[in-house]
Amino acid sequence: MDELRELYQQVILDHNKNPRNFKTLQHVDKKAEGYNPLCGDHYTISLSMKNDIIEDIAVEGSGCAISKASASMMSNAVKGMTKKEAEELFEKFRSLVTRNISLEEDIENLGCLGALAGVAEFPARIKCASLPWHTLHSALSSQNSEVVSTE
Amino acid sequence: MNTKSTTTLNIEKIRKDFPILHTKVHGKPLMYLDNANTTQKPQSVIDTLKKYYTTQNSNIHRGTHYLSEVATKEYESVREKVKNFLNAKSEKEIIFVRGTTEAINLVVNSYGRKNIFEGDEILISAMEHHSNIVPWQILCEEKKAKLKIIPINDNGELLLDEYEKLLTPKTKIVSLVYISNSLGTINPIKQMIELAHRNGIPVLIDGAQAAPHLKVDVQKLDCDFFAFSSHKIFGPTGTGVLYGKSHLLESMPPYQGGGDMIKSVTFEKTIYNDIPYKFEAGTPNIADVIGMGAAIDYLQSVGFEAIQEHEKQLLEHATELIQSVEGVRLIGTAKKKASVLSFVMKEAHPHDIGTILDREGIAVRTGHHCTQPVMQRFKIPATVRASFAFYNTHDEVEKFISALGKVKEIFS
Repeated sequence: MDELRELYQQVILDHNKNPRNFKTLQHVDKKAEGYNPLCGDHYTISLSMKNDIIEDIAVEGSGCAISKASASMMSNAVKGMTKKEAEELFEKFRSLVTRNISLEEDIENLGCLGALAGVAEFPARIKCASLPWHTLHSALSSQNSEVVSTE
Repeated sequence: MNTKSTTTLNIEKIRKDFPILHTKVHGKPLMYLDNANTTQKPQSVIDTLKKYYTTQNSNIHRGTHYLSEVATKEYESVREKVKNFLNAKSEKEIIFVRGTTEAINLVVNSYGRKNIFEGDEILISAMEHHSNIVPWQILCEEKKAKLKIIPINDNGELLLDEYEKLLTPKTKIVSLVYISNSLGTINPIKQMIELAHRNGIPVLIDGAQAAPHLKVDVQKLDCDFFAFSSHKIFGPTGTGVLYGKSHLLESMPPYQGGGDMIKSVTFEKTIYNDIPYKFEAGTPNIADVIGMGAAIDYLQSVGFEAIQEHEKQLLEHATELIQSVEGVRLIGTAKKKASVLSFVMKEAHPHDIGTILDREGIAVRTGHHCTQPVMQRFKIPATVRASFAFYNTHDEVEKFISALGKVKEIFS
């Protein structure tokens, strides 16, 4: 039960219930679709860019609590970041959920995203947490509003 | 152990036959409720595999030496067992394949390619497994044929009126699932086969979920083809059976070319072997076929009457209890059902439920169960599916239902 509580922390349950930035954007510069055919998790990430900066981000779609909370927390975290900063954060996030970081300090540096550290104990769920990030990565790499499907 | 009345099955004794049922998962006793996915193996199957590799291993149909004769005899004796298991007319009608998926692909590529042309129609149902959709789609694309779908109602039952309307002179084959893996529905296939035959249309039955739960009689059903997998009837993975009426199999071209499927080969002309060997190119999965024979022996020693009675009680018990859990919606409420309980919960996504149950030692499947069109029909992304076998107990049913309380505890 402890590991489960670690996984389903209050902050994750809160983001699952009230996901942030789940909306549509008026002006979309980049967009990608992420889909996990194994479980049906499906998200579309739209970005409004100003030069190299993510000015606004919108998430549409649905999935399990882990993928939804991850999408919600990611959207909060990357808003206002440059493309490079967002990609760097993706790398750190990936290390977090695959247990390549275990130092308290490093986890704390990730702020709210650190709440997903518990996912590392559930190998079957790492994909859930990473899906929104892979989708963001595809969106950032896409030309204009080309739709890229991950997985 | 729950005292709810049960059948003549000695569950305690049966459970002793399955070593894996005594393992622990996350420190809890394993409760294996994922039997529609794959089943566990009795000691007799495990011992048969060990015996084969320890004392019998050899190639079949090829050697003149002792071991080859032993292996050939063991392998061919399973053909007779399967013939009796399905009540086929002849052993010649039993082809060993990798599993249900390969059996369907064999029919598609051999019978289908020979007999289906532009403008023809192939009829399947809305509750087919991907393995009975995709091979036909590939054929349709190649031949410019059309795939037609028999619709289902909200309970997950086929609409027979619609089925009759879809049987037209253009229909060249009907391919139907006997028992739905995601809904549990038992389809009235005898009646449906009769209707197809009235129109002169052959019928393939996907029996993957039926073979472990009920006595199959291919002569009584009068189906033209019947497919099942060993791993779903408590046998090894990697093997299974295609049954086909002999006159159809004889008329069909080979599916794969290679050794054992020929009588003679020259660079000018090859003469194919007789059925069933014409369809068994290359060294087959000898050990697992022999293991499947042990699984059939085991199933028959337990007896389908007792199996069905016990599984019916498990399903009724689980259905009754789960309906009292608020926020649960059952997916698949057909009048005639196998022991499959598919559902969604208001509070949590199936994947989250699967993770929470897993920590209680409970194995269920979550996802679309390779039936995405069924998920689309019910407008859901996925379900949680608990599927019971004869070794499951009423006590497990109760623990499974009470574990759903943990989901509520976490998500409320």
